[in-house]
Parts: sequence; C-alpha cells; structure tokens
Amino acid sequence: MNNLSLIFVLLIFMAIAYQFGMTRSRRMAGGQNSASMHSRPHHYGMMVGLWAVLPPFLLLLLWNWLAPGVLQTLTLATVPAELLTDSEQAAVLMRRISNLANNFGVVAEAADWEVAAASYLSALQQKSALMLTALMFILASLGLLLSFKKIQPSLRARHQVEKALMAVLLLCSTVAILTTVGIVLSMVGETLKFFSFISPADFFFGTTWNPRFSTVGLAEGSLTGSQGSFGLLPLLAGTLLVALIAMLVAIPLGLMVAIYLAEYAPQRVRNTVKPIIEVLAGIPTIVYGFFALVTVGPFFAEFGQSIGMTIRATSALTAGVVMGIMIIPFISSLSDDILTQVPKSLRDGSLGLGATKSETIRQVVLPAALPGIVGAVLLAVSRAIGETMIVVLAAGNSPSLTANPFEAVSTVTVTIVNQLTGDNDFASPQSLVAFALGLTLFAITLLLNIVALVIVRKYREQYE
Amino acid sequence: MSEVTMLNNAEKIKMTARDVKVFYGDNQAIHGIDMDIVENEVIAFIGPSGCGKSTFLRCLNRMNDTIDICRVSGEIALDGYNIYDPALDVVQLRAQVGMVFQKPNPFPKSIYDNIAYGPKLHGLASKKSDLDDIVESSLRRAGLWEEVKDRLHQPGTGLSGGQQQRLCIARTIAVSPEVILMDEPCSALDPIATSIIEELIDELKQNFTIVIVTHNMQQAARVSDRTAFFHLGNLIEIGGTNDVFTNPKQKKTEDYITGRYG
Repeated sequence: MNNLSLIFVLLIFMAIAYQFGMTRSRRMAGGQNSASMHSRPHHYGMMVGLWAVLPPFLLLLLWNWLAPGVLQTLTLATVPAELLTDSEQAAVLMRRISNLANNFGVVAEAADWEVAAASYLSALQQKSALMLTALMFILASLGLLLSFKKIQPSLRARHQVEKALMAVLLLCSTVAILTTVGIVLSMVGETLKFFSFISPADFFFGTTWNPRFSTVGLAEGSLTGSQGSFGLLPLLAGTLLVALIAMLVAIPLGLMVAIYLAEYAPQRVRNTVKPIIEVLAGIPTIVYGFFALVTVGPFFAEFGQSIGMTIRATSALTAGVVMGIMIIPFISSLSDDILTQVPKSLRDGSLGLGATKSETIRQVVLPAALPGIVGAVLLAVSRAIGETMIVVLAAGNSPSLTANPFEAVSTVTVTIVNQLTGDNDFASPQSLVAFALGLTLFAITLLLNIVALVIVRKYREQYE
Repeated sequence: MSEVTMLNNAEKIKMTARDVKVFYGDNQAIHGIDMDIVENEVIAFIGPSGCGKSTFLRCLNRMNDTIDICRVSGEIALDGYNIYDPALDVVQLRAQVGMVFQKPNPFPKSIYDNIAYGPKLHGLASKKSDLDDIVESSLRRAGLWEEVKDRLHQPGTGLSGGQQQRLCIARTIAVSPEVILMDEPCSALDPIATSIIEELIDELKQNFTIVIVTHNMQQAARVSDRTAFFHLGNLIEIGGTNDVFTNPKQKKTEDYITGRYG
C-alpha cells in the first residue's frame, strides 16, 4: 500500500478505536457497580484512538525517512563498483535505476546491469511496503488492545488526551518556526557565497548597480570591474521611494475609509462596502501592474505634459500610487476592526462631556486605537516593500539613485526577479546577489515587524 | 403630581419631565413619566433591573441620541427650556448636564488631559495657567488632588477603580455643569471606594444638582434627599427618601424595598 492509502486506513482505524474506547467506558460507567469514571466517555475513545494511530503513524514517518537510503545502499551494492566513482555519479545512476524500477523510462538504452538493479530495487520496494504495512498493523492493534484493556474508572484519560493535543499543537508551531529558520539558513548560505565574490562593504554602501551579465573573460587585475558593481543603495532607495509614495496614498485614504465605516456608516452600508473594499486586496498584483502600465502611467505622463513637467509613464510615482491603492484594504479593514473595538464607554464619556462626534473620534477614539493602527500601517509597509509585480511592470526598471518620484527606478524585488530569470550560471555573483538582496529584504521587514510589536506593546501597557 | 406640592416654595425647580415616553424600536421602555428635579438636591432612582431608570436618566442629557433605534417623546426642560427643541445644541446641553457612567471610563490619556479635555473643548480656559487651575480645583473637589498631584502626567488608566471613578467625576465637574447624572457610579467599586464617592456626592450637593441611579437601596437611603421608584417603565412613587423607605405609599414600593422582589 502506498503512503496515502496507509494514512487513510489509519484514520478509519482511529474512528473504530474511538468507538471501542467510548463504548467500553460507557459500559463500565453504566454497569451495576456503576463506578464513577474519571473522564468523559469521549476522552477514553480519543485515548484509545490516539494509542492505536500515533505509534504506527510515527513508524510511517520514520520509515519514509530512512527506507530510501537503505534501499539505495542495497541497490548500489549490486552495481559494478567501477561505475561508482563519486557520490554525484552514484546519484545519477540511482535516478536512472529508480526510473526504470517505476517504469518511467530512461534516456538511451538501459544496460543489462541497470535492468537487473532496477528489478532488484522494485522487489525491495515491494518488500519494504509490505513490511511497513504489516508492522503498522501490528503496532495499531497492539496500541488499541493495550489501551483498551487499560480503561478503568481511575484511568486519567482526559489528561492523556489533553497532553497529546498540546503536543500536536506544539508540533505545528514548531513546523512554522523551523520553516522560517530554514528559509533564512538557505539564504544565508548563498549570501555567504556571494560575499566571497563581492565584499559586503561594496554591496551595502555601493551607489552603482550594474551587474554585467558576463562571467566570461575575467580581466586580469581588476576582478570586481569585470564583474560589474553590486551597490545596494540605488535599489534600496527605489524600494523606499515607492513604498513611501504607496503609504502616502494608502494611509490617509485607508484611515478615512476606516473611520467612515466604523463611526459614521449605517450598519447596512458597512456590511456592503467593507467586502467590496476587501476585494481590492484579492486582485492579483499582476493585474494592478497592467492597470498601472496601461492606465495610470499614461495618465500621469499626459498630465505632466499638460502642466509642462516631464513625468515618465513608468516611474516611482506610477508604481507607488497603484501600490497604495492595493494596500488601502489592508489599512482600512484592520483599522476598522480596531476602531470598532474601542469601547463604547469611552465614546459615551466624551460625548457626555459635550464633545461632538468628530472631536470624540479625533481626541479619544483614534488615540485609543493608535497602537493597533500603527501595527496595521507597519504591516502594510512590509507588504509594500515586498511587493514585486506592480514595480516590475510600472516602476521602469532603472536602477539609478534618485529621489525624484517622476523618474524611473528599480527596487530590490524587481532586481531579484531580473537576476534569477534568464540563462544564468547559479554560481556566478550575478545570480547569487539575488540571495543577498532577498536576505536584506527579509531583514528589513523583520525589523519593521519588531518595531511594530514594540510600539504596540508599549502603548498597550500605558493605556489598558 | 403630588411631589410638586411637597416642595418648599423657596426651592427652585431645575429640570422638569412631562409625559416622557421612550421607545427602542417597537419596544416601549418608558410609559409616560412626569417628574420635577429640584436645584441642589440629590435625587435617587431605584428599581429592579430593566425598569427604565437608566434609560430615563440618559434622556436628561440626550445620551439616548447615540442609540440609533431609540426614540423619545414628551417634554424635558432644563430651567424651563425644552432640551428636545430642535434648535437646541446638544453640545451645550451636555456641558450643562454632565454624566458619570457605571464603569469608570477614563480616556487613554494622562490624568491632566482627562480633566482638561472638557474645558479645552468648550474653550473655558484661554491660558495654560487657567487650565492648570481648573484641573487642580476639579481634582480637589473630587477629593483626588492629594493622591495624584505628583503624577498628573501619568495615564489615568493606571489609577485604581475608585480613583478612576473620582477622576471621571472630576472630569465632569471641570466643565462646570449644573446637573450631574450618575448611572450606578459605585457598582464597579469596593465598599471603601464606594463610601468615599458617597461622601463626595454629599459635598457636591452644595454646587450641583445630582441625579443618581443605584441598585443599592442603602446607598439611595444614605446619599439622596428624594427617591423615585421605577417599575416596568413607570414611575411608581417619588418622595422624600425617608418617607419612601419608612412609609411607602404604594404596595409595589414596599414590596421592593423590603426585598420581596426585584
């Protein structure tokens, strides 16, 4: 049986075990000696279910982790030794053999020894699957039987179930954290490789971005010259400029939308308008990119012409404004939730002192909601900094160090896309720089989130 | 109504209510109440939960306006002027008729700013020093000055529950209202904080007319000059506190204050 069907069978087994445990505990509780059970029947059912399913499931995980290695070693032992010069060679061979074994077909004619190894591997695989199924069945039955026998009035099934539940939850959060750590580590490795080509100082403080796309013909003497310059600052400036414009659009608009929805709009209007605004967040960013490229950019360019200014159609302004529109729902929706959570008693207190509605909102409701709003804004900022598709299409892709919003700029995310697409040697600094950029971006957004957390916590201590 | 005749001629009537009815949507919460509130008296509203005493209280400074489905009919006058007159500015009214709520609700601002909030809104102080004076005198009259004078710029939410409630009273006094409405001001406080507030109410009587809603009948007996008993949206009985508690005229009043129901 394959893994999926094994898991499916396990689930059915769990349901059965649950019923067994529950029935037994009910019977025990309802008998003529009518012992008072420590836990509720479903706790006993759950306990039996868990004992029946968790050990075989762990075995399944372990098996899937270890078995391929064992099978590979066993298979490769049958291969002529002179072909296994290094580990890379072995991996290539192994892929061919396992393709043969699974009838996927291989390029070129298969050699006799390959076919032999493949049939050996396929036999091993079948044996392994059979063994796994049998072992799992034994474990499941043992678990069911033993825990079933253990059901007694004094057995603290609830505690066991609660503990198991906690362990599962802990495992889930660990997975999330480990994923983050894994992402960072994978980027750190590549980044270090990049820094072996280019010094960190040149990267972080360089003001020119010009990664020449040729790794051939490293000129004698001037190593960095031939590799182009990898200065981060123009990209960072572009990123911040676009994000700043986006926030200038999104914060006022988003906040006012939130205030209208939370304080002024009748319930019916609120129920209709809020989902419609939230649709903005669901539009794919590439569509925003089209919108910027086809509609907003030309509009700005024409407008600039009519007042005698040069505004490029693809510029920081275009990208920033469209990104701001995209971010409005982040700010408005979150802020609206936060504003409605400000207790009515505060509003009453202010109104009771003779404040008008707008005075109450400005002086009592908004300050009380400020920490949450700051959190919402910073969340939106990290979104703006990480946004890619709009800027790819609408920012002009010109990595120059400028503060003029009417000029074309490039951002960190756009550059990552540029460096990683196309025919590139993954060991060249031209590609590796993408990881350094990614890590920098990650560090910036992480920093923003930490600042947001600190601000929120500080105000909360003061005001609640 | 009979209670009008009980009053001394020397006493001035501050607020009058005539045939006040309140509806929440289709539900009628108050069925026509007539009442006179005398200047510088403490009048207590008692009655079982849901009897309409808080609703009626909130009519007196139009706080019910903030509830969309609430509708008020009849006439309520302050110094002879109908407060439900469309020409009346509700902001002015609430400056004259202040309110203290059931749960202490200091703003998330400093103690100083909590008190200065109202005077700033109404432009009562043109200079910083005037504002300082108002803050100090309000806190003094609320009996809180000595406890907070060294930490005026710390958040008001950091005070204890009783202090917070006195802060809210000080905040209300700061705009110099004529009437103070108190909606169960002690229900969230411990007995010691409660007795401090009760003493405070006794002092404030010199300068303000106080209307207090309370669930605690001993409290009504201790602090009020007159007591009104509400039941199911009707005013059952109103009279001198002593009379109402020792010699109630209505059977329902007697049943309630002797604890037979409610």
